[in-house]
Amino acid sequence: MQTLRRLAPQIVTLLAVCLLVTLFFPGFLDISMSGGRLVGPVIDILKRSAPVALLAIGMTLVIATRGIDLSVGTVIAICGAVAAWAIAGGMGLWAAVALAIGAGLLAGLWNGVLVAVIGIQPIVATLILMTAGRGIAQLITEGRILTFTDPGFAWFGSGTLFGMPVPAVIWIVTGVVMAQLMRRTALGLLVEAIGINRRASALAGVNALVLLIAVYMASGLCAALAGIITAADIRGADANNAGLWLELDAILAVVIGGNSLLGGRFSIAAALLGALIIQTIDTGILLAGFPSEYNLVIKAGLVVIILVLQSPRLATEWYFWRRSVREGPPPATTKEHAR
Amino acid sequence: MKLKTLLASTVAMTFIGLAAQAQTVGFSQIGSESGWRAAETTLTKQQAEERGIDLKFSDAQQKQENQIAAIRSFIAQGVDAILLAPVVATGWDSVLEEAKEAEIPVVLLDRRVDSSDDLYLTAVGSDLVHEGKVAGEWLVNEVGDAECRVVELQGTTGSSPAIDRKTGFEEGIAGHDNIEIVRSQTGDFTRAQGKEVMESFLQAENGGKDICALYAHNDDMAVGAIQAIKEAGLKPGEDILIVSIDAVPDIFKAMADGEANATVELTPNMAGPAFDALDAYWKDGTMPEKFIQTESKLYTPEDDPAGEYESRKDLGY
Repeated sequence: MQTLRRLAPQIVTLLAVCLLVTLFFPGFLDISMSGGRLVGPVIDILKRSAPVALLAIGMTLVIATRGIDLSVGTVIAICGAVAAWAIAGGMGLWAAVALAIGAGLLAGLWNGVLVAVIGIQPIVATLILMTAGRGIAQLITEGRILTFTDPGFAWFGSGTLFGMPVPAVIWIVTGVVMAQLMRRTALGLLVEAIGINRRASALAGVNALVLLIAVYMASGLCAALAGIITAADIRGADANNAGLWLELDAILAVVIGGNSLLGGRFSIAAALLGALIIQTIDTGILLAGFPSEYNLVIKAGLVVIILVLQSPRLATEWYFWRRSVREGPPPATTKEHAR
Repeated sequence: MKLKTLLASTVAMTFIGLAAQAQTVGFSQIGSESGWRAAETTLTKQQAEERGIDLKFSDAQQKQENQIAAIRSFIAQGVDAILLAPVVATGWDSVLEEAKEAEIPVVLLDRRVDSSDDLYLTAVGSDLVHEGKVAGEWLVNEVGDAECRVVELQGTTGSSPAIDRKTGFEEGIAGHDNIEIVRSQTGDFTRAQGKEVMESFLQAENGGKDICALYAHNDDMAVGAIQAIKEAGLKPGEDILIVSIDAVPDIFKAMADGEANATVELTPNMAGPAFDALDAYWKDGTMPEKFIQTESKLYTPEDDPAGEYESRKDLGY
């Protein structure tokens, strides 16, 4: 019940965006079964939101520690390149997946060490890999789009599991596992403690160093999964474009999810709803058939409206307005009396 | 080593009877921004070797100051000509004047500059509007009088290839009311975006049953869209005709599999026409036209796509 109350603004927003899209494209909510798989715009959104949703899971944890991870979009490119390189080199499906995940964890370890051990500001520490990483990915692919035909690996991008697209299953399962891990154990509480006050939590006995590194590695892991999906989707690794600017969408998803960039309390489910909202807007714009010059303006306009409606200031105003309607005008006359 | 190449090229030049001694040409390339540009570099080197020209290559890594420095060093070395693929259009006046004073002809490759046209010998490039027109005309011939609803995957919004290729295609299909562009969206010239946007086109057009053809501003977006069409249970190339531009190796692979119908070549061999013009200029001072337009050749499954794939895949695309 409490969770539902926490998620209410995001759920309402998502429904409102869906309604808006339906106005412009009436068939939006149609879902049909075709050849053992569900088909429809909504299913497409669940599938297409996979990269941002996965990034948002890791990003939520990083932001909860009062950090930020700008490198995730680039880590997608690196992991995609590693996976494609391994597949094209004939190393087999599981070796490719393992190497890609290893590359993601390594990238997270690098970020985590820079932030937790050396003490560089997170935005700068992760900026290093954000800039350098695309070069690393290009070195792996030798500057071209590295393609492969392995149907087993392509399954991660376009296969189906129980009628659902595999990318959707991957992000939902990852989200549920991560949320349970955080909330069924004290881990989530400890992460929040670090975000609120790292020194105080360290003095209270929280191993901040290890936890911080672990959080950045979790973000790297999520980016690796997103990288595998992205590469499998187009059956190739495009080092120049894979995951480009997705770190910003992931941060936006976390913020739309009502999480504070100042760290502390966090909700993975809300961030995932944020990712769904972003993707619904993206897909909605494509379905509505506006000229492409409008895409970014419409997206930005909707995001501003959503963030304004969710702002704490407006929530307070709304609360007082509702109370004043219920209780009649405030007793302003008494003041005049006193004078 | 240098003497050896010099000797070998001299022999080659005398053999084809163009000049008595080997010419030296400096080539300032933008960098390796895309597969197409890598192929352009490979082909320029190949062309120079075939003609026995000693090519001095300089990679500018997408920076104009590197290109200006390279041109100055070519002038100092006293090369016989300079090839320049300019990274931006403006800011070339002074360095081009220096080359002119040194009486070294400059040939622009692929992109143009805003300088006065007496500062360079000629520019070799493709007409992007014409490319779109060739694609449009192919579609007109292919569908005849049948009704055809076309979806279009545009390049990056506002970029000149996207604007020109859109204009050209519309010119190509003008006057044929049976062909109509029903949806047009940007796919940012990438595979991933091409696939995602095509998925939404398919959803919006009755599962793709209402779409007769796809026109993509580059081959990469078409390759992504082909996957989306296959995943929607339709046959690309049959249920939906595919026409795109660039002629990169992967589209020939799709064409060999019967999944693409036509592509218009943006040839990476800009150096061939450039060297032809230079040879004529060196020989008797013939001034070429100020703009040499490369051929926008149309490739269809009749043009041995499998063979084209084999011959292109090692060019560095």
